[in-house]
Amino acid sequence: MSDPVIAIVGAGPAGLRAAETLALAGLRPVLFDEAERPGGQIYRQPPPGAERPGAAIYGLEAGKAQAVHAILPTLGERIDHRAGTLVWNVFEGRLDTLRAGAFAHQPFDRLILATGAMDRVIPFPGWTTPGVFTLGGAQIALKAQGVSIGRRVAFVGAGPLLPLVAHQYAKAGAEVVAVLDVTPFGAKLRSAAGMLAQPSTLAKGLYYVARNALGRARRASGVRAIRVEGEGRVAALAWTDHKGAEHRVACDAVGASFGLRSESQLADLAGCTFAFDALTRQWAPVRAPDGRSSREDVFLAGDGAGIGGADVAELQGRRVALTVLQDVGRPVDVAEVARLDSALARQAQFRAALEGAYPYPEHLVAAVADDEILCRCEGVTAGALRDVVRHKGAAEVNRVKAFTRIGMGRCQGRVCGHAAAELVALERGCPVEDAGRLRGQPPVKPIPVLGGFS
Amino acid sequence: MSARLAVDVCIIGGGIAGCASAVALRKAGLTAAVLDRGLCGAGASGVNFGGVRQQGRNLHELPLARRSRRIWDSLAAILEQDVEFDVSGHIKLARSEADLAELETYARNARDYGLDLQMLGANRVRSEIPWLGDKVIGASLSPEDGQANPRVVGPAFARLARRLGAEIHEHRRVTAARRTETGFEVEAGDLTVASAWLVNTAGVFGGTVAGWFGEHAPVEALMPNMLVTEPLPYFVSRSIGVCGGDVYLRQTGRGNVIFGGGRGWGDAEIARSRPLADESLGGMSRTLDLVPALTNAQVIRTWTGIDGQTPDRIPVIGHSSTTPQLVHAFGFSGHGFQLGPVMGEIIAELVTQGRTPTPIAPFSIERFAAGGVASSVEAHTHTEH
Repeated sequence: MSDPVIAIVGAGPAGLRAAETLALAGLRPVLFDEAERPGGQIYRQPPPGAERPGAAIYGLEAGKAQAVHAILPTLGERIDHRAGTLVWNVFEGRLDTLRAGAFAHQPFDRLILATGAMDRVIPFPGWTTPGVFTLGGAQIALKAQGVSIGRRVAFVGAGPLLPLVAHQYAKAGAEVVAVLDVTPFGAKLRSAAGMLAQPSTLAKGLYYVARNALGRARRASGVRAIRVEGEGRVAALAWTDHKGAEHRVACDAVGASFGLRSESQLADLAGCTFAFDALTRQWAPVRAPDGRSSREDVFLAGDGAGIGGADVAELQGRRVALTVLQDVGRPVDVAEVARLDSALARQAQFRAALEGAYPYPEHLVAAVADDEILCRCEGVTAGALRDVVRHKGAAEVNRVKAFTRIGMGRCQGRVCGHAAAELVALERGCPVEDAGRLRGQPPVKPIPVLGGFS
Repeated sequence: MSARLAVDVCIIGGGIAGCASAVALRKAGLTAAVLDRGLCGAGASGVNFGGVRQQGRNLHELPLARRSRRIWDSLAAILEQDVEFDVSGHIKLARSEADLAELETYARNARDYGLDLQMLGANRVRSEIPWLGDKVIGASLSPEDGQANPRVVGPAFARLARRLGAEIHEHRRVTAARRTETGFEVEAGDLTVASAWLVNTAGVFGGTVAGWFGEHAPVEALMPNMLVTEPLPYFVSRSIGVCGGDVYLRQTGRGNVIFGGGRGWGDAEIARSRPLADESLGGMSRTLDLVPALTNAQVIRTWTGIDGQTPDRIPVIGHSSTTPQLVHAFGFSGHGFQLGPVMGEIIAELVTQGRTPTPIAPFSIERFAAGGVASSVEAHTHTEH
């Protein structure tokens, strides 16, 4: 009997550790990734020819990045790495792929989805102005291309990414003119106790905060409102502080996003059951501690099924691979299972505290004006959403999509879907989970019209 | 908590036909309730191609389609909703001499129904539609056909029905309906509806509902597989179909090109459907053969939905053959969107007057009665939606 085909989507820390574990157990997993080089978003590598020292790119995480990057070169042919390949659909034991303008498909016996996360976006005045990036986008520009999003950069957001990106930019030589946290500072202190369960991460967070405090950047917590000024190009970032006073700083680029959201479209297309996670205010595929989804043939690891961060992703990648090995009748090291389970339990405690420290900035969503663009792919405003909720009985996001085209464009709601659900919930006065979640349709990302198929 | 409701007419299925029926019945002074398993207008009525097409239909459908087409002109005003109705014209393309002969025959026959189709020779097609590939040797143009946004039509009918006083009950799956001494009793979860009349606009479940009253109507699930590109500069000036029906496309006002490709997967029981990758890729190839300019356009979404299809590809419309005061209108076989608006008027006529001036005899459910199954009826090969 031939070996079962184990497909993995995503070559970030979760997918790479899963692939490594399977390969070391004698299987040859097929690892798909959109990027040409492995690492995922967090450990994204520069393109060939633009390499720089790891410490310059990943800072304190350089050692981890190096270890993750070493997996594929070390294991060589024992992992079937399909770089630069978009998995645009999954249905009944088969992945549909696109690489360099060629469609193909891959049958699988088991599928591990390690699809990662992207920034969570909330519209604010000026958010579509050229020069406004998400924090993750700003970070990718720096890591992959070694470029800054501007000369004078302001950062605003909620979540641990904010001080990290600001620090990375300052260190890389950009002039960071403002670091604005929309979270009230009190929430952070309340959660500090929980974070002690994970001392190294806490220390790291404090390190970044401290480093940033040394710079000349304007810093504020509990920011109530933000606004980007400038016609056709960012000219300034204005904000209202926690006391209601107005401030303004000249800049030519802004990094702004508000936590992370799971990239869970493939899990949706695979037919996995989703549940609402109140802590992070988002729907995610249901994942058991051992990485199982609701489907027997689909397994989940990393941020794609709930935000846990890179360290958790590595642990989950290893853990889910052991579950798969057990399912396909391979020997499994039970001591390793116990070790991973206990490490994951510790991380979960810390994660809950961290999320508690950065509650979703509902006040920003409530402040979105009617004439603000909500869905930038289709150019639909928040007012159009409110109108169909109020006057046309649209009570959940798929109905809103059908009526207004919100979430119907190029990004298929990956950018606006969360804010849309929050706005529906605010308009109805209902919990956000009652506003539903956008149903996924293939392709996960756009695919070209090409001939040659009958 | 269980609830009871008594109305003159209970309507199973809140697609366009069902909701339009509620509107017409309210206008006739009757009370009506619509029950839908999900949201009104979100099934086949809402996720179809959006063609408002008369050309190419089974000739029996043309009287219905002609009458419905008149409603389309004022539909936005009636519904107080922009339905994006665009009279772009519909062109059906011939890729062989046999196709051309088929188009010519059809155009002659359609004239008897008042539908004027213009035959275009190869040169005329080239000059009119220069972006077509070289495989087209002629075409038939239906100038008054067009396209609309299906997502908004059914819900707008439901809202109008509600404004007129109809009861609209969504997320109510009907599990049983039976004849009583005075009329009907319909069960939908914890809601029981008593009515004098029952209207079966249950789409793919139309045959199931008919079966509850001892009638046979074979309905299978039909899942047209469709694709849509990102917005492109406007160039698809007409809604396009072909003989054989395996290619169809249109461009929305926003610029997205919508095209069809094969069949998707679906399970009506759990209301789940999925487009299929191979069907989408096949649809790309066939469409590119006709429209090379679409090469490398970015497809942003593919989708399907579940309609009910009969063996002879025409709907069941009319009074029940077994049960007084039961009216059927289902099995539109992938091309009911254009007909939806008129179905309300026809069903209301059947309920209030017992008959309709529009000929519907060919759609009688009796054609499927034992022995009379559609073996004598030539299955219509046109599969465009």
